[in-house]
Amino acid sequence: MVRELHIDEVTNAVAKLAEEAAFELPDDFLSALKRMQEQETSELGKHVIGQLLKNAELARTDRVPMCQDTGMAILFIDIGQDVHLTGGDLRTAIDEGVRRAYKEHYLRKSIYENPYKRDKNTGDNTPAIIHYDIVPGNKVKVLFAAKGGGSENMSTVKMMRPADGIEGVKKFVIDWVTQAGGNPCPPIVVGVCIGGNFELSALMAKKAVMRPVDDRHPDSEIAALEDELLELVNKTGVGPGGFGGTQTAAAVKVDVRPCHIATFPVAIAIQCNASRHKEIVL
Amino acid sequence: MSAIIQIAMGKTFKATPPLTAAKVSEYRAGDVVMLTGTIYTARDAAHKLIVKMIEDGGELPFELEGAVIYYVGPTPARPGRVIGSAGPTTSYRMDPYTPLLTESGVRMTVGKGSRGDEVRKVLKEHMAVYCAAIGGAAALISQQITAAEVIAFDELGAEAVRRLTVEEFPVVVVNDVEGNDLFEQGMSEYRRL
Repeated sequence: MVRELHIDEVTNAVAKLAEEAAFELPDDFLSALKRMQEQETSELGKHVIGQLLKNAELARTDRVPMCQDTGMAILFIDIGQDVHLTGGDLRTAIDEGVRRAYKEHYLRKSIYENPYKRDKNTGDNTPAIIHYDIVPGNKVKVLFAAKGGGSENMSTVKMMRPADGIEGVKKFVIDWVTQAGGNPCPPIVVGVCIGGNFELSALMAKKAVMRPVDDRHPDSEIAALEDELLELVNKTGVGPGGFGGTQTAAAVKVDVRPCHIATFPVAIAIQCNASRHKEIVL
Repeated sequence: MSAIIQIAMGKTFKATPPLTAAKVSEYRAGDVVMLTGTIYTARDAAHKLIVKMIEDGGELPFELEGAVIYYVGPTPARPGRVIGSAGPTTSYRMDPYTPLLTESGVRMTVGKGSRGDEVRKVLKEHMAVYCAAIGGAAALISQQITAAEVIAFDELGAEAVRRLTVEEFPVVVVNDVEGNDLFEQGMSEYRRL
């Protein structure tokens, strides 16, 4: 049955998620940090994770953003095909939610209107980057992520050769995480999409880092690949803060998509230790 | 934050800028420096403008000789606060500007992540060091900042140049005047591939 949803509910949801994301590190990532603190063998690495845990606690209780880079607002919106949105247009409603949160909670406005002139900040952290999907049902799922520039700069897509195979993918991930070093603020979460095409691989790698840190991929072969990649990434030696250590990543999340017979796209999305994503179903 | 003193791989120094070449040449990769006093913020946009001012012979927003530059774009201060969150941003983006600033007297830069070969060479030649703060510990670091004032490029917002007063702000020496690199040392110690 078709259900009506007023657009203001979307604005309010976006504003609330953006606020929570800035101040409250999700429980799954906090648990992962605590586990990594115990497992880390480098004393400096342990210390870095300890500082991150203290930082998360301070951010939550004192309402100071956990990171000064409060990110670009990224939204994944799954719209049930039986929902009728009323009262305005969706893009405007989402941007209004972002605008409100970034202003009211003293979050950093980090968006340049023109990427090569870099002379005018939009002033309200809009526009958000929005990915829509039409899904069955009559609900709307709003997933908000505050994505910082440091880890975004360490993300990539490579159009590999089919001959490179899965061993090529593993090497690509290891080399990429190694050269990224301390830049993306490890401990990180690594999202990898194997297959799809140029743009889908990037999108799905990004979406993969939004999965709960401790979930298991439903496909046992991919789950095993995730375990293997995590072990390899943690053998790079990058460690917390890049200072060297055994705990470089909390998880590696892999998505596998069908692809063209001539192609072998592989995307790597890096999520920093301020793993800020929140969702709600309206 | 002073807990870092106990886990430091090297020595711990206390320092109040401006810093001399003699002073920073004592620091080795892995040492901790507790900064107290005045440091300056600058990131991409401010670097571009400052470098242009040096090239044009214009008046600079602060004295570069002995200066400590912290790569940070803080969040806006809430009412009643000195500053918002203020963790380090990624340093390699400043690599194109660092040689000239180092030749002009800057003795220490603070950020996160590795520097390029040219920067490391210039640091060695001109007796300056690069240090890291903990990327992601932005709320904690803001507690070491006791005063903040925009002194140039106000229109840049988060990218404006600020004069910060810090108290025991701990930074770890990554690149020293001998050409050592803490990140390379750390990674090779723990690499198992």
